[in-house]
Amino acid sequence: MAHESTSANPKVNYEYRRRKARDEMRGQVTSFAMMIFMTFIAFIIVIADFDKFYAFPVLLVLAAAQVVLQLYYFMHMSHKGHGTAALFLYSGALIAFVTILTFLTIVWW
Amino acid sequence: MSTVAEKRGFLAVLWDYLTTVDHKKIAILYLVSGGFFFLVGGIEAMLIRIQLAVPDNDFVSAGLYNELLTMHGTTMIFLAAMPLLFAFMNAVVPLQIGARDVAFPFLNSLGFWLFFFGGIFLNLSWFLGGAPDAGWTSYASLSIASDGHGIDFYVLGLQISGAGTLIAGINFLVTIINMRAPGMTYMRMPLFTWSTFVASALILFAFPPLTVGLFLMLFERMFGANFFNVAMGGNTIIWEHLFWIFGHPEVYILILPAFGIFSDIISTFSKKRLFGYAAMVFATVLIGFLGFMVWAHHMFTTGLGPTANAIFAVATMAIAVPTGVKIFNWLLTMWGGSIRFTTPMLYAVAFIPSFVAGGVTGVMLASAPADYQYHDSYFVVAHFHYVIIGGVVLGLLAGTHFYWPKMFGTMLNETLGKITFWLFLIGFHGTFFIQHFLGLMGMPRRIWKYLPNQGLDLFNMISTIGAFFMAVAVIVLIANVIITQVKNVRVGNDPWGDGRTLEWAISSPPPYYNFKQLPLVRGLDPLWIEKMEGRTEMTPAEPLGDIHMPNNSFIPFVMSLGLFIAAFGAMYQVDWRASDGAEYVWSIPVLIIGMLITIGSMAVRSMKDDHGYHIHKEDLMDDHDKGGRE
Repeated sequence: MAHESTSANPKVNYEYRRRKARDEMRGQVTSFAMMIFMTFIAFIIVIADFDKFYAFPVLLVLAAAQVVLQLYYFMHMSHKGHGTAALFLYSGALIAFVTILTFLTIVWW
Repeated sequence: MSTVAEKRGFLAVLWDYLTTVDHKKIAILYLVSGGFFFLVGGIEAMLIRIQLAVPDNDFVSAGLYNELLTMHGTTMIFLAAMPLLFAFMNAVVPLQIGARDVAFPFLNSLGFWLFFFGGIFLNLSWFLGGAPDAGWTSYASLSIASDGHGIDFYVLGLQISGAGTLIAGINFLVTIINMRAPGMTYMRMPLFTWSTFVASALILFAFPPLTVGLFLMLFERMFGANFFNVAMGGNTIIWEHLFWIFGHPEVYILILPAFGIFSDIISTFSKKRLFGYAAMVFATVLIGFLGFMVWAHHMFTTGLGPTANAIFAVATMAIAVPTGVKIFNWLLTMWGGSIRFTTPMLYAVAFIPSFVAGGVTGVMLASAPADYQYHDSYFVVAHFHYVIIGGVVLGLLAGTHFYWPKMFGTMLNETLGKITFWLFLIGFHGTFFIQHFLGLMGMPRRIWKYLPNQGLDLFNMISTIGAFFMAVAVIVLIANVIITQVKNVRVGNDPWGDGRTLEWAISSPPPYYNFKQLPLVRGLDPLWIEKMEGRTEMTPAEPLGDIHMPNNSFIPFVMSLGLFIAAFGAMYQVDWRASDGAEYVWSIPVLIIGMLITIGSMAVRSMKDDHGYHIHKEDLMDDHDKGGRE
């Protein structure tokens, strides 16, 4: 599979690399626009003084979405060879989530 | 002898070990210091059993008894079991995956010295006004109320040694992910490497909660914070959760590497490929995951409510499934194998029923309603000693005999080894089997003395006699080690004759650069594959070339020493503030000096370029070690 060469020489498979870089750039610009838009919505929700029980979950969902976009488009987790890192990241997130859930539910105050 | 010219002075050897970054020498450091702490913890255990041998005994005072039981638990878990496992991981894992060293040799050394100084700090409490006395779990309300500096020694000592453990865990993760030899895919890694990998992942996720808990405790005791003080609006349960979120994975950090050692021993001495290798790997990973979802089963009687108790009870019982898979796979590995009952194999065979007994009582304890009866009784003591001794300590003793030739190049005496084994096995069951019944009869744990004629006298005496058998077994083992090292009969690559994995393809002990040429791995049990095709050594995967090596460094020692000094300053500033006197006026300067030493040595490490050195190809060609071929 010649077009998937991992050579460090930028002249190898020039056309392929060019197309790849263009696709990636498009993804980054799109997600950047989405992130700006989501931040905008978050600000609106706070300024418009929505009900707490509506505002908190929506803000958390928007935050989670931004983290995912950040990880996959800007920190290159969508690329090959990040499986181990992703596994450990998600394991850590799961354990942290269970811990926080416990502290919110069965540690009574 | 013609070796006179090679003999070095004692100081030169000492300096070599103080500065070494070689995983094989760090393994020996871990083995020696872990072994030392194992003896200390063992002496504490013997004092406990002597006190409880007869009713209404006055051998030790109540306060001293509390200190003994706290230090026994803390020492055995943090300073004996884990470092001894790290000894074997360091000695064997880089060889098993065909690596030159661990990924970060400098950090490997730093991890050891942090553990060592933390352990020394903790044990100095005996001589400086009293050891910690709130149990190894150090539950908050009790430990906050504890007088003196005992708990401060616990908090600071564990904080320092815990940092070392975390560093070691991360180091092994990176090593196993990145440094496997050509052809060594994940599903070709020996089980000891796999279990080291999973245990290191558990360390990565489990030690931060402990660190947080210890920091909260440190601020509570030293700077007047009120995280756990109910009267000031704190919550004492937070410590329990933080401790057990760490504490339960901790027992899997201990037992999984022992499983790995046994898996390798059983397949070696049954002369068979491990039965159900893929299932074994899957079970190891699954135990690792489930290990994080069950911590509250230590807290059933805290008042979590029936829903939480039920969830954690079911999750706990689920762990019995992958563990059962492992038990059957070990049995089926032996089934139809050509079994040789060497000392390590004896330990492995005895481990299976012993550990199953501990597992069965574990499932009993997991059923929350029944746990209300067992809680804080000797039944619990019997259960966790069956798991820890029947699993981890038998694994450590088996590993000592199995890997001794690879670490030191000599073979422990088999006859003495078998004497150790039988004495230890009889002593272990004699001590702890009967404690199940003591617990069911109502004897609470952590008590200093009990009244006569309540049906507890005979069983306690039997238990103490069992403990003496274990003590004699350990003495025989030490004699065995001394005799073996004095005789110094050198052995070859594969002294057991049936080695299957890469570590047996290299000389014992291996040259400091490990494999001259990285080996080509062609399947599970790579050395066995070569043997079956009539070869005696591995096929190299690369031409002979220069080897890049790290330089030795004294910085890890100094870095850890700085924290050790700072810990004294941090601890005694409490007295200085309380007594408004000149007596402890040195405490803050000592704290600052200690931190400066640590930060200064970190700065030196960061500023100074240390590129290591190369062993040249020409020198390797002269060298006739059995590390590879040209």
